[in-house]
Amino acid sequence: MSLTVWLIALAQALLCAALAPLLIGWVRLVKARLQNRCGASVLQPYSDLRKLLIKETRVAHTASPLFRVAPYIVFVAIWLACATVPLVALDLPTARIADIIVLVGLLALARFFLALAGMDVGTAFGGMGASREMLISALAEPAMLMAVFTLAMTAHSTSLVGVMEHHLTDGFLLRPSYLFAFGALILVALAECGRIPVDNPATHLELTMVHEAMLLEYSGRHLALMEWAAQIKLLLYGVLIANVFLPWGIAQDFSPAALALGLAAVLFKLAILGAALAAGETVLAKMRLFRVPAFLNLALLLGLLGLLSHVILEVGA
Amino acid sequence: MENQALSLAYMALWLALASSGVSLLAARTPRILRWVAMPLIGLSGVAAFGAGLWALIAHETLTATLPLGLPWMPWHLRLDALSGFFLAVIGLVTSALGLYGPAYVRSFEHGRDSLVALGGFTGLFLTGMLLVVLADDAFAFMVAWELMSLSSYFLVAFQHENAANRRAAFLYLLMAHIGGLTILLGFGVLAAFGGGFDFDSMRAASLSPGWASVAFALAFVGFGMKAGLVPMHVWLPEAHPVAPSHISALMSGVMLKVAVYGFIRVVLDLNGEVQWQWGVTLLLVGSVSALMGVLFALMQTDLKRLLAYSSVENLGIIFIALGLALLFQATGHVMLAALALVAALYHVINHALFKGLLFLGAGAILHSTHERDLEQMGGLLRRMPWTGFFFLVGCLSISALPPFNGFVSEWLIFQSALQAWQLESGVLRSLVPIASAVLALTGALVAATFVKVYGIAFLGQARSRHVRRARPSPKGMWAGQGFLAAFCLLLGVLPTQVTGLIDPVAEQLLGTGIPQASANGWLWLTPISSETASYSAPLTILLLALIAGVAIWWFNRGGVRRVRRCDPWDCGFTSPSPRMQYTATAFAQPIRRVFGLLFEIEEIRDTGADGVQRYRLKLVDRTLRLIHAPVARAVETASKRVVRLQSGHVRGYLGWTLVTLLVLLWIIS
Amino acid sequence: MSLTVMTLLEQFVLLLAALALFLSFVLLAQARLVAAIHIFAWQGALVAAVTLTVALTGQASHLYFSALLTLALKALLIPWMLHRLARRLGLERHTETLTRPALVIMAAVALVIFSYWLVAPMVEHGLVFTRNIIAVSLAVVLIGLLMMVFRQQAVAQVLGFMSMENGLFLAAVSATSGMPLVVELGVAFDVLVAMVLFGVFFFQIRESIDSLDVDRLNRLTETGEIEERRPA
Repeated sequence: MSLTVWLIALAQALLCAALAPLLIGWVRLVKARLQNRCGASVLQPYSDLRKLLIKETRVAHTASPLFRVAPYIVFVAIWLACATVPLVALDLPTARIADIIVLVGLLALARFFLALAGMDVGTAFGGMGASREMLISALAEPAMLMAVFTLAMTAHSTSLVGVMEHHLTDGFLLRPSYLFAFGALILVALAECGRIPVDNPATHLELTMVHEAMLLEYSGRHLALMEWAAQIKLLLYGVLIANVFLPWGIAQDFSPAALALGLAAVLFKLAILGAALAAGETVLAKMRLFRVPAFLNLALLLGLLGLLSHVILEVGA
Repeated sequence: MENQALSLAYMALWLALASSGVSLLAARTPRILRWVAMPLIGLSGVAAFGAGLWALIAHETLTATLPLGLPWMPWHLRLDALSGFFLAVIGLVTSALGLYGPAYVRSFEHGRDSLVALGGFTGLFLTGMLLVVLADDAFAFMVAWELMSLSSYFLVAFQHENAANRRAAFLYLLMAHIGGLTILLGFGVLAAFGGGFDFDSMRAASLSPGWASVAFALAFVGFGMKAGLVPMHVWLPEAHPVAPSHISALMSGVMLKVAVYGFIRVVLDLNGEVQWQWGVTLLLVGSVSALMGVLFALMQTDLKRLLAYSSVENLGIIFIALGLALLFQATGHVMLAALALVAALYHVINHALFKGLLFLGAGAILHSTHERDLEQMGGLLRRMPWTGFFFLVGCLSISALPPFNGFVSEWLIFQSALQAWQLESGVLRSLVPIASAVLALTGALVAATFVKVYGIAFLGQARSRHVRRARPSPKGMWAGQGFLAAFCLLLGVLPTQVTGLIDPVAEQLLGTGIPQASANGWLWLTPISSETASYSAPLTILLLALIAGVAIWWFNRGGVRRVRRCDPWDCGFTSPSPRMQYTATAFAQPIRRVFGLLFEIEEIRDTGADGVQRYRLKLVDRTLRLIHAPVARAVETASKRVVRLQSGHVRGYLGWTLVTLLVLLWIIS
Repeated sequence: MSLTVMTLLEQFVLLLAALALFLSFVLLAQARLVAAIHIFAWQGALVAAVTLTVALTGQASHLYFSALLTLALKALLIPWMLHRLARRLGLERHTETLTRPALVIMAAVALVIFSYWLVAPMVEHGLVFTRNIIAVSLAVVLIGLLMMVFRQQAVAQVLGFMSMENGLFLAAVSATSGMPLVVELGVAFDVLVAMVLFGVFFFQIRESIDSLDVDRLNRLTETGEIEERRPA
């Protein structure tokens, strides 16, 4: 029994990595259609990754060993974080290894090395990207933790499984705190994944880039790892938002039917979220860097109000 | 059997004293410091660690009386779980100094500074700290406390040719004395109710809530001053950086913890009934310290000063956790109080380890490049690979990243804060999450700070010539760092064992531990229950390593696997020069702008006579102007008034004496 | 917990009240005048929705009418008047420079906790649902007042005043299922008249001091340093 459970966990982890490029491809396709373009196939990100993997890898003379290690650490930390989020089935052992705070910690670990890698070669752009990334994360991380704490205080558990189970057993409740936490998490996800009002993933416009600036010196398989990690991160936030706030459909036992239903449900939720993201990116413009703190302060405020409204409005005694 | 722990503690004391004594010979043979005195310090640390560990495992209270002190009041010593824990903390960092010190003090052998002072006061400093932790009466405690303060004053003033160092040392002495005075008054209050200066009678005393609060406030100010809590922190970033680096490691890593020890001893052990208002005070001051500390750390460009400010931040975190413990204890949730206390103590030992490690790293950089200014550094990882590697471990630990130790304590603090829903009072229920929000913000800013430190100092290209020529540090130095780094990882990977070791302290002070933390086996840390939260550090690191291994194998098979070296691309601009890199000031600029409210910032841009544009940044601590300057002014005005007594006439003085005598006689009559 | 025993409509009231509180925060931090007017309109719509929901729970039928009244007045008429006023005063693109917005937000958060603390003793009367809403309404009132303290722009101050009224109305509707219709009509009329008067005043103020910055209205002091404070 326990072996099958671990196997399912492994399969789910592999599924995370495998699905991530598909999500990006879907977002890009929807965005292209909304902008009256044909757009590439949804499978294009897979081809991109494959091409990067077989290309020669170049490393600057001035780079230290950390530069070559960082892509692996970033990829592994983000993947492990993603593997602990219940994607298809609820009560898997991987979810017990790490609760939400550990998940935030793993993402922070990845970001730490990403920023260091940006500064390693000693170019102006790398330092700029790292500095801005740390600014954004300094405000986004507490906002995320506040949102997460709101959920945890409601469910009396910081484990994602606990939060989702609590949500499932309570049935549908209009929780103001969840609404605020939802808003906060969406804003944080946009900021952390470098999506449009904060960072533009599609350009290398020199003075506005954040995430791309740190990756400028990477090529070949190192770049493939970094890109893939970024895609997994987007998937992670998507699954987090979809499954925490709308957990219905996720497999609560390990029968094949339940698992199939769970997969279909999560795919459906992700498709909706991806389309919403594409629509948002089509109508919004990128902000100046110093407007970003206001954006993230809104996220912080939402998180804080989520906590307060939980305490004030939802706790009986 | 049971006295062996105590005799180990004695041995630590004697070894520290011996090291101090041996150093007297260093004036003639400087090498003695390197070959004898520093190893003795290290051995003393090992003995202290052993004694502390023994006391924690045996979980017994050992007492002894020393034939020292006043005739009717001999010194009482006591080794219980709490002192054992802090002995172990002192011992760990000091042991690392035994490895690191010999190589480091070598650089002083040919200088003009007095080696006798360095070695002698280091030994006394260590003796003082060990005695504070062991003392079981207020008299011994205060003597040891002052020994610790004074000897560290001489160490701060070690390189006293520099006027700034003298100023820092004076400020330190001043603050240490005010702090010592308030602690003494606090003991006075306790002793007045207990009827004696030994801790046993203080413990037995029952204080009225008002007097208990007075004692708490005095202890909080006194120990908080030593611990560098905002707004009593101003001495800390001045004094810690100017001492020799291994002493900075001791001061930041250990001495601040001794202040935490004193605070816990007085408030949780001696002072009786805890009140929830104390917890709120601690939460408030702790949150402000944590946030201010990290913001100031982020703005610094002097490496050691930055680390000192980061100590303010970490002490803030410790006091947040202690505040939670008091809050839960006062509202009757003893289990949660135990959890918060264990989290606080976990952070105590973590901070000792990684701050010691980082200061030793800063010392290694100073040793190789004679540079403390981040703006001059760069590319040191390739010059000093081992130092760089261990420094990275320290940065990861202090930034609270899994799987290192800083993360575990922060996780525990969050877990106890998230149990705030159990509190009855709605206001407290909403205050605690806000404190945890501050903690979250602090954590993210710490990561930014140490990305800056590591990225500027160790990565990129050297920004000055002497840094470009840096030599790797001697083996002993990085061995000392490696020792601490190993413990950082160990404490991060085996949290259940560590909480098991800390548990006796909570049992001793609060009457209950957190047995459920390790109830699900050593793999799973479950502070409240396995449903509420679980973290498996061993599995996390195992999986990280496993996936990393698979990823490295997978991505390196077939195809073109060779990595070709080339020039940096940098968007196709000309090959970048070191001057084009981001500087430490530039790195912090966005955050400085966002949090500008808290600082007094003065940016000066001018064109010099040579037509070169220069940019200078002046950053002033607001607390200095808002709180300390008025106090200083008031003291000055008061002393000017008092100066009028100094008339210069002998008969006038005699008159004052007569008046004083009369008043005194009237009072006692 | 209490939320699980509530009906969906009651939960919906809570949700709307929380959103109204959120809009108070946004209003407080919104520097652009026109956007602030829009937010105020949305808050009015939320209050109307709360009234409608309470009416749907079937406690009082006159609440349908007051929901309609609130919607017409708070969400449509007053915002429209303010908008027109802003246009005629040439303030459509006006952006106020907020002093220390983060501090003001923190103060507002403290006000929320404070109002929660104030109404906490009501728990003895067993009306948890009511108490929660009253805490939120009180917070909306206090934040409105805070906005009047911290804003220099006269129109923004009026917005603060009006959002205070929103908070009061919210409390009345949710706690006692609405005031008597006569009182409600009277209050509505008062607000409308106040709005008209404000409009007249703005023109007067601007004519006399050529600005709507209320910090300029400082001549009425005891110090007699009028000469120095005269606007440049």
